[in-house]
Amino acid sequence: MTPDLLSRRQLLMTGAAVLAGGASARAHNGKVHVMIENLGFQPADIDVKAGETIEWINRDPFAHTATVKGGWEVLIPPGKSATHVATADDTVGYYCRFHPNMTGRIKVVA
Amino acid sequence: MKTHFAALAATCLALSATFAMAADKPTDPQIAHIAYSAGVIDVEAAELALSKTKTPDVVAFAQSMQKDHEAVNDMALALVKKLNVIPEDNATSQALAKAAEERRTELGKLDGAAFDKAYIDNEVAYHRQVNGALETLLIPSAQNAELKSLLETGLKLFQGHQQHAEHVAAGLK
Repeated sequence: MTPDLLSRRQLLMTGAAVLAGGASARAHNGKVHVMIENLGFQPADIDVKAGETIEWINRDPFAHTATVKGGWEVLIPPGKSATHVATADDTVGYYCRFHPNMTGRIKVVA
Repeated sequence: MKTHFAALAATCLALSATFAMAADKPTDPQIAHIAYSAGVIDVEAAELALSKTKTPDVVAFAQSMQKDHEAVNDMALALVKKLNVIPEDNATSQALAKAAEERRTELGKLDGAAFDKAYIDNEVAYHRQVNGALETLLIPSAQNAELKSLLETGLKLFQGHQQHAEHVAAGLK
């Protein structure tokens, strides 16, 4: 296998991993990013470790929240971002209190 | 209370009739005007609510309506400017405005818990009607792709508002 072919294969595999999701939410700074765009959480489902920071980046002109029913709530103003540090019991579903048709899920993994 | 429900039912009927009248496919300038008018109506309803209620969930809902509808109307204004479209007043917009004025008068007579319930029930009904019109008439009729896309964003936003209103309504009972 030539170095050129190898790098091409690696590139393709990276692309496949990104398409499969999960990896794309993790940034270099260790935060797990969730984009909010066009009234949706992207990705809607994320895996995090306890102690990791989840950062929601709101690209909508509307205020949103990440709200866990009976639990915590993060307010994410329009054009701004907000964070939550995941705890061991944060395997939860969440929604936007202002637009409850926006939903997401967090899974805490070891 | 009875009169209120009668008024609400009348408003719903008026709205259904309003959109039914527009069954002969509105043009893009008319759609832009209808969507913008529908937003303005809800901002005005929110302003009335903010002047009358102190219930935290109702205040939060009204503030959200005011900000969201203003934001989406700003997007609509930017788009019509970009597309060089002049929104065209039409019978549907006028009927919407008339129905809203009647509703505001009815709401203006109420206070306290009665106002909260009437306002939120109206918001559920109003968003349901507007969403129905967006889905069945306005989005399918829109010719310009960017206008259609903005209406689709509006539909997602207003479906969220309807659910938010339903949650608040459930909490008031």
